[in-house]
Amino acid sequence: MLDRVLQYSQLYNFYSWVFKRHAPERGVVFLGQRRVYVLPTRHGLTFSLAVLLMLLGSINYVLSLGFVLTFLLAGLGLVSILHTFRNLAHLYVGPGRVDDVFAGEVAGFGLTLESRADFERFALDLTAGGPAITCDVPARRTVYVSVPVRAAKRGWLQLPRVTIETRYPLGLTRAWAYVQPDMRALVYPAPDNAPLPPSAAVPDTGETLTLGAGMDDFAGLRPYQASDSPRHIAWKAVARGGPVLTKTFSGRASSQLWFDWAALPDAMGLEARLSRLTRWVLLAHQEGARFGLRLPGVEIGPAQGEAHKVSCLRELALFEPR
Amino acid sequence: MIAALRVPAKPGPLPLPLLLWLTAGLAMIAAPHALRLPAWVNGSVAVVLFWRVYLGWRQAELPRRWLLLTLALGQLIAVYFTFRTIFGRDAGVTLLVLLLALKLMETRAHRDVFVVIFLGYFVALTNFFYSQGIPTGLYTMATVVVITAALVGFNARARPMMDNLGTAGAMLIQAAPVMLLLFLLFPRVQGPLWGMPQDAFGGTTGLSDTMSPGSISQLSLSDAIAFRAKFHGLRPSNNQLYWRGPVLTSFDGRTWHAAEPRLRYEVQFQAQGRPIEYEITLEPHNRHWLYALDMPAGRPSAARITPEYQVLSLSPVRTRMRYEMISYPSYVVDSGATRDELREDLAIPAGFNPRAQRLAREWRRAAADDAEVVRLALQYFRSNGFLYSLEPPLLGRDSVDEFLFDTREGFCEHYSSSFVFLMRAAGVPARVVTGFQGGAINPVDEYLAVRDSDAHAWAEVWLGASRGWVRVDPTAAVAPARVERGIAAAVPQGSPLPLMIRENLAWLRSLRNSWEALANQWNQWVLGYNPDRQREMLSWLGMEHPSWQSMAMLLFWSIAGVILATGLWLVFRMRRESAVQRAWLRFCAKLGRAGIMRAAHEGPVDYAARASARLPTRAESIRAIAQLYVDLRYGPRADVERLLELRSLVRGFRA
Repeated sequence: MLDRVLQYSQLYNFYSWVFKRHAPERGVVFLGQRRVYVLPTRHGLTFSLAVLLMLLGSINYVLSLGFVLTFLLAGLGLVSILHTFRNLAHLYVGPGRVDDVFAGEVAGFGLTLESRADFERFALDLTAGGPAITCDVPARRTVYVSVPVRAAKRGWLQLPRVTIETRYPLGLTRAWAYVQPDMRALVYPAPDNAPLPPSAAVPDTGETLTLGAGMDDFAGLRPYQASDSPRHIAWKAVARGGPVLTKTFSGRASSQLWFDWAALPDAMGLEARLSRLTRWVLLAHQEGARFGLRLPGVEIGPAQGEAHKVSCLRELALFEPR
Repeated sequence: MIAALRVPAKPGPLPLPLLLWLTAGLAMIAAPHALRLPAWVNGSVAVVLFWRVYLGWRQAELPRRWLLLTLALGQLIAVYFTFRTIFGRDAGVTLLVLLLALKLMETRAHRDVFVVIFLGYFVALTNFFYSQGIPTGLYTMATVVVITAALVGFNARARPMMDNLGTAGAMLIQAAPVMLLLFLLFPRVQGPLWGMPQDAFGGTTGLSDTMSPGSISQLSLSDAIAFRAKFHGLRPSNNQLYWRGPVLTSFDGRTWHAAEPRLRYEVQFQAQGRPIEYEITLEPHNRHWLYALDMPAGRPSAARITPEYQVLSLSPVRTRMRYEMISYPSYVVDSGATRDELREDLAIPAGFNPRAQRLAREWRRAAADDAEVVRLALQYFRSNGFLYSLEPPLLGRDSVDEFLFDTREGFCEHYSSSFVFLMRAAGVPARVVTGFQGGAINPVDEYLAVRDSDAHAWAEVWLGASRGWVRVDPTAAVAPARVERGIAAAVPQGSPLPLMIRENLAWLRSLRNSWEALANQWNQWVLGYNPDRQREMLSWLGMEHPSWQSMAMLLFWSIAGVILATGLWLVFRMRRESAVQRAWLRFCAKLGRAGIMRAAHEGPVDYAARASARLPTRAESIRAIAQLYVDLRYGPRADVERLLELRSLVRGFRA
């Protein structure tokens, strides 16, 4: 019961955000009145001091218009609290797209900011511990922002608490709210810079004709994908002004690579092995090679293509040794 | 979806439009001071502002701090040598203006921009040291809007400046109710709280406590209002309007001086006839005296009356002051002044004006009593071709002799001075009274405006204990029109009178009357709102003896109410969209009851098409409602009129 009452209190709300580590929230978060906190900034305090000095001057010199100006500025300070609050309150924050990243990179957590009010919101700063992103949200529009978070290590990266704050319009007050949409990014191990192993190729038995992408016979054209090797781009078609296309080949795969955890030198540690395997997966994919991955307890058979690469990287990111 | 504008949160240098805007706002604030500041200050402020804009335009580095500090120090020294002080009103304002410009050179960080703008507000306030009229007030408010817009622009970098101007204006308008409440209810203390600089009240004109030939005619060239009076009953005729000011008793041959104020008794006199009740709004003149009609009965609080019947305020009148007075135009002063006390009123300097003294002695011998001497003197002025003139010839050492026998052309100070001299030489106690005579009614608000040009000097003679001090106006003997119709009627055509009091130029006068009536209301209600007025207003509100606690409570709750109302209004705008939604849902419910349910996937246009097919007689209004809904919900702007239209259409809709 007490808890039910308390949850309507802004202070309690604030306390639970700051100290109790709120659980991540699913779905769209509505920034109601109780979630938006307002306090004066340092400049706001300076402003109050200036107004106080002006008041003293007006009293001392008996300036009636001085009183008018001083009190008008005092009113302006009060009204600016309302405007700052309104600039943030009743905003809808929804989860957006998250791209996978490699460890050491910056993950961008896409958030949608929707304003259903009919005034424009200006200068909203979003930060999740890293650098802040500033955006404006026009009236009755949705804006997409990407909040940068540094991905330190592989695995799932949960979006930490995001602070949305604004000092608009006068910078005298700061309104802020905490949100933590339930979003996570997959962080792959950071690749090292080793070359592909020369002897990793398993001799082809030559008995099976591999359908799909090979290196031998030209099979056709398909739209360019970011991971395609530049050597396979149909440059003649590009030179004619056409779309960027990639030449595909079928035939016997010249090689079939196996990236094996167990084959790596014993001296390498867990993360170093994962980094090396990540690097090989990326290089092999770039070469358009067929490759397979063997981790303790996990084996992904030889294949090629974007989906195959992603599933390999995913295993590497989430690998837990027994 | 719209891709968000990605701006780095850490601000770089000020964008040029913002810089230009800020510089223009600060220049606007400093502009009224430019008329008063020394030329070198104006020059250096202009140079610094242009320099700053140039650096901003070239995106160049701002000067280093040591350079600015050196400049500031140099300016401080220059101010000291200009004003011989760095304190005081004028020197202080000069320093503030210089500092404002220099601080703009230093706008590197966030903090500096805020400091510049707050300093700008402060300099805007200092404009009121010099003028608190309506134009100054309006101008200052305009400058405040401009620099507030700069502050908004600084906090929303990507916005056009004109939008910021709109925001700043709207916010200041929303701040106005709070301002009004604070202005009316904030407990007022009569200033000053600490000593004021010596020069705080410089430059006020008006009567002085000395009079020499030419001093009052000089004042007559000024059109400034000395005070305003409002009569509560009948307005006395013009020749009764003798506004008593300093009484001058000692004469050194050229200049008359006021007596040292003595405070021995309350003034007693026999009042005859009906009193005149009136209220005076006195412009500040930095002197103690308060003007009142002869003969003042009673006195305002914080004032006293001298034996010369002059009302004096306890402290110099440095702000516009309002007081109620009662005067009796007919009176007999019967309190006894002994011959001994009148000795000062008989003194004449030895060795001056021998011819006048001879004339006075002749009158003395010829006359039966003092009243007869007075009559003879007035007769002399009337019958010897004296002229009333604003530009009398200059007089030498024996000024009275030269005026009486040679030039015979003078202004009121010549007449009163020589008359009193003659009386004293004849053994009749006499003194000069200065003040104002007459005044002009402003037909717009019925206030009598008394100007510097109405300044006058007359005489009083002591006609024995039974009649006491009697007013004699020798000027009236020469130019009766002066006291009946005012100065413009009395002086010859072509005299250098202030433009406005000339008798032609009626349209100009009526324009001025309206303007001055407005200015008077402004003075009465805005500038004159002082602790007394506040007490009056609170007692009108039913708070007879307000304690500061009750005033604080009243202030707190009323401001809280206003802020709450403003907040609700802002939030209402936040929810206007859902009002559109509510109206639409009500419409859907009405159609639903008629059996046309809206499917979850169905948009308003499709749904309206399906519904109008089912209800062909209602098709038109269904389509109208759906169209309005679509416009309101997805259109660029939702305005209130169209929302109300949607609501009334939905309300009137019958499926």
